[in-house]
Amino acid sequence: MDKLINDFSFGLFFWQIVLFIVLLLVLRKYAWNPILTALNDREEGIKNALDEADKARQEMAELKSSNETILKEARSERENMMKEARTMKNSMIAEAKDEAKTQADKIIEQAKVAIETEKKSAIDDLKNQVAELSVGIAEKVLKDELSNKDKQIKLIDKMLDEATLN
Amino acid sequence: MQSKFSVKFLTITLLVFNLNLFAQHEVPAANDDKNDIKKEIKADIDHHIQDSHDFVFTYDKENNKYYGFSLPVILWDNGLQFFSSSKFSHGETVAENNGNYYKLYHNKIYKTDAEGTIDLDDHQHPTNVKPLDISITKSVFMIIVTGILMLLLFGGLAKSLGKGSISKGAGRFFEPIIVYIRDDIAKPNIGDPQYKRFMPFLLTVFFFIWFLNLFGLTPLGVNVTGNIAITTALAIITFIITQISGNKNYWKHIFWMPGVPWPMKIILAPIELLGVFIKPFALMIRLYANIMAGHVVLMSIIGLMFIFKNWLGSGLSFFLAFFLTIIELLVAALQAYIFTMLSALYFGFAVEEHDHEEAH
Repeated sequence: MDKLINDFSFGLFFWQIVLFIVLLLVLRKYAWNPILTALNDREEGIKNALDEADKARQEMAELKSSNETILKEARSERENMMKEARTMKNSMIAEAKDEAKTQADKIIEQAKVAIETEKKSAIDDLKNQVAELSVGIAEKVLKDELSNKDKQIKLIDKMLDEATLN
Repeated sequence: MQSKFSVKFLTITLLVFNLNLFAQHEVPAANDDKNDIKKEIKADIDHHIQDSHDFVFTYDKENNKYYGFSLPVILWDNGLQFFSSSKFSHGETVAENNGNYYKLYHNKIYKTDAEGTIDLDDHQHPTNVKPLDISITKSVFMIIVTGILMLLLFGGLAKSLGKGSISKGAGRFFEPIIVYIRDDIAKPNIGDPQYKRFMPFLLTVFFFIWFLNLFGLTPLGVNVTGNIAITTALAIITFIITQISGNKNYWKHIFWMPGVPWPMKIILAPIELLGVFIKPFALMIRLYANIMAGHVVLMSIIGLMFIFKNWLGSGLSFFLAFFLTIIELLVAALQAYIFTMLSALYFGFAVEEHDHEEAH
């Protein structure tokens, strides 16, 4: 212990303290702080890059899944549209059929009415002709009857009889 | 665990030395040569462990030639005294500066007269005046070198990272260590937003201790982190930062421990207060003892090679030294890690928020 204390050199102690503190301060300014900052920055950069890659991967996956949903939607929409078109076609056909039927019915009705009118007028015509014919016949018969006096008187009597009876 | 390891090796080494010592008593004449070597190794180790005023890589004992360079000596002795350590000639001559005379004795500077007389007391301690020595010693020089190295390395890393690009060259090696200190030392021990304040200190202290530990393993022969003054300074800085950043909860846990009956509070307060000082003290001793012991053991085993002087013993010592060096490389990083880890833990105690009382 005595030797240890005797060996203690104050000069060396003094220089060690002074030089070490100077070294510490100089290194701190010109070496350690820039080195530690650079290392930190680099690590941060690596971390950020990894994070970004992760995010990009996630976005890609999201994009893919959204693409699929869009595709699915498009497919279902197409199906819907086709279904709609089919129903529309059917309804159109049915409508047309209905329309045609009513139209035809109407035409038939009109034809019937026309036929009825024609028939009536034909019947009237026939009646007139029959009347005329009968009048002619009656004229011819009367002319013939009235040519002899007896017959004329007889007829007048008959007719008078009938008339008084009425 | 590592310190236990070191102690084991130290014990083994001492055992070997002692056995040799016994053998030597029986036949002293034959072992004179070996004894000299042993003394020399011991002196070498002692010298290596200590700081010195000049940077010597190696020296030639026979020609008394030193290979290295001198460093500036700075003394506070009635004003600033500034001169080169070459004036001491490695402790052999008296250095004169502004009319004052100084002599190096056991690596310490004493004020003397013109002849360089060192007066010793009964315990062989010099009684001469010791001026305040703030020289740029070998250790201070290595601290500066390490500081510049760190500035270049991490300044460069900051520059390459600042441009938003990736790190280049050596930065590629150090960047994961910085991330490790942040994620596995600071964040779990201190807590998330608060850890940022302490990061500069933790990083500086980790690399500072690690690099100096590694420099200690090079053949340069420096022992900076195994010096008690260095570890004391580091521990004191940790201690001051801990106390400054201590929040209300931290002080409450020291002086008035919540969740225990009041007599316990009174008993716990001095214990906790003592703990405040024991923590940095443990930091100081742990680093010092580990590195010091590592150096002593390694040098002892290398020294053994020259004592055995035979193929078997020296070969064994060589492999032991080799493996120990590898372990010391691990210890160098481990001790830096432990110091940083424990500092972070203490900072964590200081800034901890207790919004959950039942957690105690």
